[in-house]
Amino acid sequence: MLHAKYKTGLVFFPAFDWAISPTHPEREERLLYTQDQVFEEGLFDIDGIIEFKPDLVTIEDVQRVHFCVPDVCNVMTESHFISAGGAKTIGMALLDRKIERGFALVRPPGHHAMRVVHGARGFCNINIEAIMIEFLRQTYNIKKVAIVDTDCHHGDGTQDIYWHDPNTLFISLHQDGRTLYPGSGFTNEMGGPTAIGTTLNIPLPPQTSEEGFLYTIENIVLPIINDFKPEIIINSAGQDNHFSDPITNMNFSAQGYAHLTRLLKPDIAVLEGGYSIEGALPYVNLGIILAMAGLDYSRVKEPNYDPASIRQKTKVTEWIKQTGEVVLNNWQQKEKIKSEILNAKEFDERKRNIYYDTDNLIETQIETLRVCSDCSGVLKIDSSSDRGFRILAVHIPRKACKDCKEIGYRWYESEKSDRYDFVFLQDRTEDQYRVKKLK
Amino acid sequence: MIIGLDVGGTHADVVLLGNEGLIKYIKVPTDPTDLFTTVLSGLEKITEGVKPERISRIVLSTTLTTNAIVQKKYSPVGMIVSSGPGIDPEVFCTNSHYYPASGSIDHRGREIEPIDQNQIKAIAEHLKEAGIQHVGVVCKFSVRNPDQELQISEILNKSFEKVFLGHQISGNLNFPRRIATTYFNAAVYPIHRKFFEAVRKSLEKKGLKVPIHILKADGGTMTFESSIDFPGQTILSGPAASVMGSIAFASDEEESLVLDIGGTTTDMAILINRVPLLNPMGIQLGPYKTLIRSLETHSIGIGGDSAVRVENGKLKIGPERKGHAMAYGGPVPTPTDALFAMGIMQEGDRERSVKGLNSIAAELGIGLRDVSAKIFNLACRKILAEAQGMINRINSKPVYTVHELQEGYTVCPKKMLVLGGPAPYFAKHLEKLSDFDVSVVPGWGVANAIGAALARTTCEVTLFADTERGFVTAPEEKFTERVNKDFSKKDAVDKAYELLKQKALQRGANLDDLEMEVLEELQFNMVRGFYTTGRNIRVKAQVKPGLIHKFNSVADWISSDSGRLCNSL
Ligand SMILES: [Zn+2]
Ligand SMILES: [Zn+2]
Repeated sequence: MLHAKYKTGLVFFPAFDWAISPTHPEREERLLYTQDQVFEEGLFDIDGIIEFKPDLVTIEDVQRVHFCVPDVCNVMTESHFISAGGAKTIGMALLDRKIERGFALVRPPGHHAMRVVHGARGFCNINIEAIMIEFLRQTYNIKKVAIVDTDCHHGDGTQDIYWHDPNTLFISLHQDGRTLYPGSGFTNEMGGPTAIGTTLNIPLPPQTSEEGFLYTIENIVLPIINDFKPEIIINSAGQDNHFSDPITNMNFSAQGYAHLTRLLKPDIAVLEGGYSIEGALPYVNLGIILAMAGLDYSRVKEPNYDPASIRQKTKVTEWIKQTGEVVLNNWQQKEKIKSEILNAKEFDERKRNIYYDTDNLIETQIETLRVCSDCSGVLKIDSSSDRGFRILAVHIPRKACKDCKEIGYRWYESEKSDRYDFVFLQDRTEDQYRVKKLK
Repeated sequence: MIIGLDVGGTHADVVLLGNEGLIKYIKVPTDPTDLFTTVLSGLEKITEGVKPERISRIVLSTTLTTNAIVQKKYSPVGMIVSSGPGIDPEVFCTNSHYYPASGSIDHRGREIEPIDQNQIKAIAEHLKEAGIQHVGVVCKFSVRNPDQELQISEILNKSFEKVFLGHQISGNLNFPRRIATTYFNAAVYPIHRKFFEAVRKSLEKKGLKVPIHILKADGGTMTFESSIDFPGQTILSGPAASVMGSIAFASDEEESLVLDIGGTTTDMAILINRVPLLNPMGIQLGPYKTLIRSLETHSIGIGGDSAVRVENGKLKIGPERKGHAMAYGGPVPTPTDALFAMGIMQEGDRERSVKGLNSIAAELGIGLRDVSAKIFNLACRKILAEAQGMINRINSKPVYTVHELQEGYTVCPKKMLVLGGPAPYFAKHLEKLSDFDVSVVPGWGVANAIGAALARTTCEVTLFADTERGFVTAPEEKFTERVNKDFSKKDAVDKAYELLKQKALQRGANLDDLEMEVLEELQFNMVRGFYTTGRNIRVKAQVKPGLIHKFNSVADWISSDSGRLCNSL
């Protein structure tokens, strides 16, 4: 009989009746073969592996993280409520001590969804990890969280949401943005002025193999996490680094993913991308679940797995080592950089165009942050999309100082111009969300 | 006329039913060391004075295979297991002659690695040397492609008395359970076969040449002939007999909770409009989880004879039974003794009950009346709490589509049917303590035997189609056909019904009783490189467990006024 070394919770929600479109990679069939493998292996029968039915997230759960334009129901389908709910279920089971670790094997994914949501980008509408984390912060008073995003694509949505949060360490490993969607995630993207260094990006060259991923985890990610000392570690467990993935160019494997999981020891893993639905996902998911439960995964191998044929080239190895040094150096220098910026100016502004590939729309944002030395700073976002809506969104962070909170309310209340369709206020100190319709 | 016989731990209940109702019932003591004599004497007594030709059907529910497994009294089995990538098959080892072998099939049923003929031949030699006659062969994903199991069986052929193949045991995906289930089938095969052949011969000698049906754990029956290949399905048929016996008295428009309160345990099940709820996976025997289809039942260690004691100042009941109630000469006080002390039960040695309860009362520092009420109350409350727990578990089972999660059907029975020895005494109090509308199953004393007698033949078919690869298959039914791209879900459902009908008739069903339903139908477009290349279709259909129509009148009669006379059974 098998007994899990760590009591492991699973939410398995393959959404067998939901697709972005019939032939889209994010379609009904995506987790079908994973289900077959998981069922045939009898994983849910293993002593210490517990399957949970996903809860649904509430509109309030979503509004704790996002500004949805025009509102939550317009940017979400039922399936999103469930997939975010699946992550939330695992989070609650963990903090209620029903489990020691958990994996939300759900779809649709979420790591490309940013703070302001006008539609779907990178197959994502809402950020399921962030919704879970903010729920846990609100309900269980968790403070420090580390997110390690091992999806092949840069987790730009999660990065955006935690850009100004010094209590959330976000590390993304991904294929170099010069060669893959969304084209971001370079080492110099390190977070906003009040949270410098708690966003870290580790772009990896195409054809990175087991060696490169595991090197990065052991020598860069783990030392930084040990330094940061989070209360919980979340893994955005995308599986599109696999050598057989049709939309990326990496050489990772089921063995590699399982080994990565054993090294990283995430408290919670959440499925993100991964589109090699027959050749990778059944084996990668099996490997991750066994590794989380502390069980032997040495025999989990894809039928066409040949380590020799995907061995990493020396050039790739060198490149990764150099990138690692840059990232470690940035981490060590973060306080110095931060103190220089803090004294420089009262408000920091960034202007961006954000492309939503899935829904084919462009958003324009001007974000203004109060560079505060007492808290991470109140922030407002002037956002419009070519679909027509323009909004002003005010975010007061969870540990906002008195001044920042007052400024936030002033921004919200004083805005009366009908340039904006809506003005939103997210007051995380009171866990409140307000909407003002101006048109 | 039909005969139903249900062997229990202490006695066997036997009933004779005719169109007019319950003609006769008897109880014979069970001799656990000689079930054959128990069954035969039961059948002999019930048929006394009945012309053999008037009997059209005999249904038996025995503890034969269950006991064999619990007591580990079965012959050695050889297991050959081929896993391919995944969890090490060594961890699913069932017995000493267990041989992992090469060969591999993937989730779509494609052969990844062939079997090694020489390896199988060598294993066969080992098994022969060990004197093994019965072999189980199980490959991972054999329910998607049985070829490797068939190839192995071909090599083993003629060297062994019987070879059981995993894909023929169940259509469900679950390799470890398939291993355990195949093993149990092979293990109980000789004893099952010997037993029922002996029963059949003895009956034939008496001129009784009727088909013998055997009750399964899912509350359905199969003929003895078809049980030869699936003897494992008879394991744990006992709880099913009682549940089937209560069906006639359940509402056909509402859900009911069935409670069978025995001496040692209380068994629970759910009826939805007179159809028992099935366990989606299969029964668990000791540490082994199986694919043996069964009713969703829950058994707790609280019954009329559960031992009552005080631990750390707190009253405890069960789960152990130390013997009869003290009123019947037992060693320790029990809930039954509480009923005696309260004057609810009579015809026993109340003095002994009182004596036992007084010592409990003294420990708790309360009086006899209070302690009796407290014990009875606690027993009822525990039963109700466990029933709620079972209902919650059923309702929290995961689903995999948005539709199912939104429309999520939840079980919420308002009616409770109670049967078993102390049923009438418990019923009132259970109603008082809960929101259930509680009634006692008429004829509760032999409801189990009636349930066995009236249970219809059930079976299940699992069909899988992959139009990209161009086939539809139901390996359990030895069925595979080529199909082209336009094979649809409707075609698959039609095919599944056709196979199901054949299977049910072959296993002893009547055409009148083929209440078939689709349990699962899923269709996926398979997309490769942005083009739809085929469909992946999964269909599961079953004959619902239920009662045979022919004897509807029996149930009507039992629930009628004249039938109520037998309520004191
Ligand atoms: Zn991705
Ligand atoms: Zn501040």
